[in-house]
Amino acid sequence: MIRFLLRRIAHAAFLLVGVSVLAFLFSTLAPGNYFDDMRLNPQISAERLNALRAEYQVDRPMVMRYARWARALLHGDLGFSFAYNTPVAPLLWTRARNTLLLTGTAMVLVWMLAVPLGVWSAERLGRPADVALSWATGVLLIVPDLALALGLLVLAVRSGWLPTGGMVSVGFEGFSAAHKIEDVASHIVLPVIVLVASALPVLLRHVRAAVAEALEAPFLRAATAHGISRMRLLYRYALPAAAHPLIALFGFSLGTLLSGSLLVEVVMSWPGLGPFLLEAILARDLYVVIGGVLLSTLFLVAGNFVADLLLYWADPRIRAEGTGR
Amino acid sequence: MSTRSRLLIGAVALAALHLGVACAGFFAPYDPGAQDRAHPYAPPMRLHFVEAHSGIHFRPFFYAQELRAGSFDEYEEDRGRAIPVRFFVSGASYRVLGVLPSRRHLFGGGDAPLYLLGSDGYGRDLFSRVLFGGQVSLLAGLIGAGLTLSIGLCIGAAAGIWGGWKDEMLMRVAELFLALPWIYLLFAMRAFLPLTVPPLKAFLLVVVVIGAVGWGRPARMVRGIVLSAKERDFVRAARGFGASGGYLLRRHILPEASSVVLTQAAILVPQFVLAEMTLSFLGLGVPEPVPSWGNMLASLQHYNVLVSYWWMYLPALAMVPFFVGYLVLASLLQGSSHAAKIEEARSGVGCE
Repeated sequence: MIRFLLRRIAHAAFLLVGVSVLAFLFSTLAPGNYFDDMRLNPQISAERLNALRAEYQVDRPMVMRYARWARALLHGDLGFSFAYNTPVAPLLWTRARNTLLLTGTAMVLVWMLAVPLGVWSAERLGRPADVALSWATGVLLIVPDLALALGLLVLAVRSGWLPTGGMVSVGFEGFSAAHKIEDVASHIVLPVIVLVASALPVLLRHVRAAVAEALEAPFLRAATAHGISRMRLLYRYALPAAAHPLIALFGFSLGTLLSGSLLVEVVMSWPGLGPFLLEAILARDLYVVIGGVLLSTLFLVAGNFVADLLLYWADPRIRAEGTGR
Repeated sequence: MSTRSRLLIGAVALAALHLGVACAGFFAPYDPGAQDRAHPYAPPMRLHFVEAHSGIHFRPFFYAQELRAGSFDEYEEDRGRAIPVRFFVSGASYRVLGVLPSRRHLFGGGDAPLYLLGSDGYGRDLFSRVLFGGQVSLLAGLIGAGLTLSIGLCIGAAAGIWGGWKDEMLMRVAELFLALPWIYLLFAMRAFLPLTVPPLKAFLLVVVVIGAVGWGRPARMVRGIVLSAKERDFVRAARGFGASGGYLLRRHILPEASSVVLTQAAILVPQFVLAEMTLSFLGLGVPEPVPSWGNMLASLQHYNVLVSYWWMYLPALAMVPFFVGYLVLASLLQGSSHAAKIEEARSGVGCE
């Protein structure tokens, strides 16, 4: 167990370091920086500009900047935002919380839909109900996320059923606790629908294929012959046998949702990492961009780590590999 | 119908769709940049065949739309005058496939403007812009996929052939690219490139960024194929006869990878078109006035456009037929290679 864990942690650390190096590498390839625009501003003197450049050390070579940044990171400091003139970490954290709320909700929902639906259609492989379901998800697959998000937005605006855009209503601070939850819940519906619709078809197909394959196994035929009830057969025997590829898919689905949420957040003006990052890119706010990308990688790595632990728990072969030899 | 003929039909249909977009100049009645300030936000015009007093027409006709007096976006149809659609008319000049200059268009409205899908805020014909925008978006997707696949093929083949620590290192880097959520990676790369650049340079920039992001998966797949092919008997035999590494790769190993590369291409192209749309929609891609499917949707970020002018939403759906085509092609390719493998395993010899 310990060895397995250590190996996974080392792998995660390697990914994070790699991503941060990559981000710094891109940033040095870029012409110009945040202070270049200020040169055109007659109200900022050349001395002041030089002082600023010296203060933020934008002119030093990449290796030195990276070393400083990495040392600060160990103290939980993600650098300093040029545009907001405050440390990056707290800025990112409030946005990341909103993104996590959105992606987390979508993640739970999409799996809660994909597993029962996938098992249901695997049981009816090739029959009309299964075919109808794959056509329905096929339609979801061919409509681009962007089109779906904009379409739902139009629908919501025209019908007035749901609030459009943002995460809270005006006057949120004064609401009671129950009202606050209700308010956020009504705002989260639209973006979550888009995210679930974009991730569901692929997951559903994988669940269906994995369970259908498991159902073919001799031990399940034997179980059927023993007269074990249908539900128990499907969920107690077939699903665990199909679990391995599905758990591996867990991390992948998190990546899809994180990517999807970035666009959805911008379209639906959800105050998450997406709009914040876009704004930072347009303003060349270097450390905010690097911090945001790193944070998203961290989420993904954490998700994969959870998937690995699940796999360890679910698959005896991996446990044997860890203890044996 | 056999898988082979289905594949053929799918490929031909997809090629026809691409040809339609490639010849946008001919099918589009107007230049994508031509502005008609007298008709901003004109709703889509219907083509009619039946007129109230003169009966059925064989040539489709339409009614001209004019702004209602005192309004800036409300139109009324002039029901009194039926204007026939003219075919093979001479109009704005363009170049066939970017080479031959021509002025011939499939159809046009003569003296009255004909906006099949309506017009945008500058009075530009949306139908023409969707066709020309397709050129930009599809080309970005195609070149991006080509770039990604060549990078993936080279790195995957190199890793598979070299083996050892070089292989390990390359695969680690590939994993790095696979580990990141791809839009974030796209953002990170785009973030540090110049923001305001002329359209052509922006297009190339977008293509390179998109193409550089996705090479991890094809590289890993190609490496797997190379590794397994290296151990095949006929490859060992060829090596025993003294074949060089390059020859083996070219003659025996890479042909094995061709079906995977084709399948990957069918999966990647729509993904990359979507990536271009996303970047352009967010204002990080191809800028105005050049149309692309992404930047045509950018105006929907304004609340009033979203609410008042539903036809501005239509470019979002332009991608759908292409998506269908690529999806069908990818699943057929996957199915055929899968079926071929099973067949091969059963009979113990190569298929066909």
